Amino acid sequence: MAHYELDARRMFCPMPVIRTQDKISELAVGDTLEVVSTDPGALNDIPAWSRINGHKILATRDAGDEVFVTIEICAEQ
Amino acid sequence: MSQRKAVALISGGLDSLLAARVMLEQGIHVEGINFFTGFCVEGHTHAIRKKDKDKPKRNNALWSAEQLGIKLHIIDIVEEYKDVLLNPKHGYGANMNPCLDCKIFMVNKARQWAEENGFDFIITGEVVGQRPMSQRKDTMPVVSRESGADDRLLRPLCAKNLPETLPEKAGWVDRDRLYDFSGRNRKPQMALAAQFGFEDYAKPAGGCCFLTDENYSAKLVDLWDARGNREYEMDDIMLLKVGRHIRPAPHFKLIIGREDGENKFLQGYRNNYISFKTLSHPGPLTLLDGVASDEDLQLAAQITARFSQGKNADTVTIEARRTNGETVTLEVKPMSPGSIQPEWYV
Ligand code: SF4
Repeated sequence: MAHYELDARRMFCPMPVIRTQDKISELAVGDTLEVVSTDPGALNDIPAWSRINGHKILATRDAGDEVFVTIEICAEQ
Repeated sequence: MSQRKAVALISGGLDSLLAARVMLEQGIHVEGINFFTGFCVEGHTHAIRKKDKDKPKRNNALWSAEQLGIKLHIIDIVEEYKDVLLNPKHGYGANMNPCLDCKIFMVNKARQWAEENGFDFIITGEVVGQRPMSQRKDTMPVVSRESGADDRLLRPLCAKNLPETLPEKAGWVDRDRLYDFSGRNRKPQMALAAQFGFEDYAKPAGGCCFLTDENYSAKLVDLWDARGNREYEMDDIMLLKVGRHIRPAPHFKLIIGREDGENKFLQGYRNNYISFKTLSHPGPLTLLDGVASDEDLQLAAQITARFSQGKNADTVTIEARRTNGETVTLEVKPMSPGSIQPEWYV
């Protein structure tokens, strides 16, 4: 179980979602991933993508210019 | 018999939502695939323009998948799509939309994905006669054939108007429980949506992407003409969605922010383009795309002033910034409305 970070700054949706999806495909069940994005839309889209693909959202944070989403990988890819 | 698997092209619109649902009703395992060309209407501009921030913003493809309870795979095809847009074998639609080649490309991609992931067939929300280019009775077989999907491509909403496909012949799906929609009338889709209990689905006015938009297409062609080639990068695609575009001379164009969200977005490009901001009055951020002499800078500053709150003032102070960070301060008289030629607007 390891923690990873993904820099998705200066990208617009759906690119942060695509990067998240691609990163998660390399991770194992139980790993956690924190994504940081400058597109506030990521705050909706990354959790939506995670829900439908069976992963758990541990935290979301809106820090104004940047948003953070932390995901726990649950389902096998 | 093991459960059959279909990959569904999910655009975020109603038709692909319904098509996938029809398959789920028949006990098929469905997963969605969504392609990002860079020109998709989803996301982007909602994020840039501040006025849209009050509206709840969502990615409709993700929303569709969530309604359906299926997985969604979003695939970045920005680079590969360039060849589709620049060299469409079947030409363009009313604007710069290469819809037929685009559909063939996407179905082909979905076919490859299906093969790699052990899926049996591909479904789309296409309806015969709905779109002038890609969804005609004579072009739908072209999509099946040229994508290599052949009879593994099923269109559940209009299957009864088309020859039987493999999933029907093999008994994986029941043809009697597919549909015979045709033409531009949306009522049958709306009735089916009501029957499935779908509300609040996306109703895009044009197609699924900016390439069907006349203004956007004009800006794209203008960009290519000015550069003398048809290359483009993701940043170009993005910038065409933002701001007023004014070309006072063949060798440069101005991109002028229309509100705070756009100004902030454009600011991110200050190291790539000469930029202008108003110091004496609140005003837009302007980018200059091209090469500019001192006179051109003066003109650009006057136009920027015209779109600031100092438009009626005698002089407006403008800071022009080069990409290396050097700045010059210009005192200019805002250009009068009549002096901005209508043909300058791209
Ligand atoms: S509208 Fe755009 S995305 Fe849709 S088929 Fe045409 S070119 Fe492709």
